Amino acid sequence: MLDRRQLLMRAGLAAVATGTGAFRAFALDSVTLPFDNGERPLVKYPQKRPMIGLTSRPPQLETPFAIFNDGAVTPNNAFFVRYHLADLPYDTIDPDTFTLEVKGKVDRPLKLSLKEIRKLKAVELVAVNQCSGNSRGFFEPRVAGGQLGNGAMGNARWRGVPLKVVLDMAGVQAGARQVTFNGMDGPVSDKTPDFVKALDIDHARDGEVMLAYGMNGDDLPFLNGFPLRLVVPGFYGTYWVKHLNEITVIDGVFDGFWMKTAYRIPDTPCNCVEPGTAPKATIPINRFTVRSFVTSIADGARLKAGQIRLKGIAFDGGTGIKEVAVSIDGGKTWIPAKLGKDLGKYSFREWTLPVKLAAGASEIKVRATSNGGDTQPMEPRWNPAGYLRNVVETVRVTAA
Amino acid sequence: MRTALLTLTAVTLVGFSPLLAAPVSYKIPEETAAFRPGADLDVVRNNCTACHSADYINTQPRGPRFKKDFWQAEVTKMIKVYGAPIDEADVGKIVDYLAATY
Repeated sequence: MLDRRQLLMRAGLAAVATGTGAFRAFALDSVTLPFDNGERPLVKYPQKRPMIGLTSRPPQLETPFAIFNDGAVTPNNAFFVRYHLADLPYDTIDPDTFTLEVKGKVDRPLKLSLKEIRKLKAVELVAVNQCSGNSRGFFEPRVAGGQLGNGAMGNARWRGVPLKVVLDMAGVQAGARQVTFNGMDGPVSDKTPDFVKALDIDHARDGEVMLAYGMNGDDLPFLNGFPLRLVVPGFYGTYWVKHLNEITVIDGVFDGFWMKTAYRIPDTPCNCVEPGTAPKATIPINRFTVRSFVTSIADGARLKAGQIRLKGIAFDGGTGIKEVAVSIDGGKTWIPAKLGKDLGKYSFREWTLPVKLAAGASEIKVRATSNGGDTQPMEPRWNPAGYLRNVVETVRVTAA
Repeated sequence: MRTALLTLTAVTLVGFSPLLAAPVSYKIPEETAAFRPGADLDVVRNNCTACHSADYINTQPRGPRFKKDFWQAEVTKMIKVYGAPIDEADVGKIVDYLAATY
C-alpha cells in the first residue's frame, strides 16, 4: 500500500507513461454488449483465452457468452475475473511459503501451509460463481458500477477442504458470531478500505463453504484466486475471497466497508424498489436469484424456419432447478424443456428443447423455477446497485 | 543463473509459472484504456490513475442523467469512501472534465 506522497508519484508516472504512448493498446478485437456504451475490447491475459475486457487495472474480465453453450462447466481459461482493488500479488505468491492464518476467537490459532491444506481430506463440489453485478448493463434506468453483460458468471468443479474442518481444527470459541475473510490482494492507497468479507458462524461451519485450491482438475488460475480461495456455494461472488490468507473468527457483526456499506440489497420482499428510488433499509447481498438463459442462439439471429434444438442453462441459489419452461411466442404459451445431467444443486443445469420455428420473427423466452419454488419475473426488478438481475430473458430471432 | 534464465523463459512463454522457482510471477498485458482529451486532463490523470485505469470511467452509462451530478457523486465517493487524496481545488476541475467528456 502507498501513502499519499507515493500515490501522487505513481499517478505522475502513469500520466507520463500514458502521454508517451507506453501504455499500448492490447485489444485483439472488440465486442459490443447489447446496451448503450457497450463497446469492449477482447483482451488476452496469461492462462485465459480472449475475454471481454471491462477494466484493466485492476483486471476485470467477462466471459464471452457463447462459451456457455459448450457445456455445463466453464473452462478455467474462460472463467470471469473480478477485482475491486488494484494491488494484486502479481509477484509475491510463493506456494512453498504461502500461509493461511486462522485467528481470533479460536482456542488454537493456526498457520497452515498449502501443503498442509492439501493433505487434509479433499472434497469436490460443482458450483456457480456469479458476480453480484452480473448483467448490470441491462438495468433501466442505468446505474453506476461495472457495466457487465451476462458473462460475469461461471460454473466449476471446485476442490478443497470444508472451511468447517479448518475451523474445527482451530476450535471456535463460545460466543463467536462471524468469520471474516481477507486475501492477499488489497488497495493501492492505505486510505482505501481493504477487501474483507464476513459470513455468519453457522454458515461458515455448514460443511459446504470451502477453501478451494483446485478448479476443474487444475490449480486455480492466478486471476481466479491462486493458490486458495473461498467458495460459498449459492452465494454471490463477492464472498468468494481470492488469494485467501487470513481468516478471523469474531464475536460481533463485522462492520467493514465491504459488508456494512457496499454489496447491500433492499430489505423488501422482492429485494427491489421502485426504479430510480432509494431503499429505506438494506441487508447484505446473499443468495443468487434463479436465472436461465438460451445459449444455443444469440439475440438477433437469423435462422432457417423449421425444427431447431434450443439449448441453455439454468441455476439458482442452492435449491436446484425444478423446471425450465420455454416460450417461442413471446410468453403466450410455455413448453417444459428437458433438463440435462444433474451436477448438483449449486451447478448450472443444462436444458434442451426441440421446437419448430415458423417463418418470420419469434420471441423466445426461457423461465426457470427452482426446487425452492422461486421463479423468474417477466418484468425486471430494480435496485440502485444493479444486483440480482433475473428477469425472464428474451431472444429475438428471425426465421426464413 | 541457469535457473533464473529458465524461469524467465517460462514466464515469457506462459506468463505464469506456478511449478517453477517461487514466487510465481503473473505478467499482465499493458494497459489499454486512456482518458479522452479535454480540459484539465492532467489533473484527472494525476488524481485518478494511481488507483484505477481509465476504463472505469469510459464504460459508465451515458446520457442526461449521467452528467455533472453523477460525476460529482462519483468523485465524492472516491474521496470519502476510498480515501482518494484529491485537493479541494481539483474536485471541480475533475467533475467538469468528466461531465464534459463522457
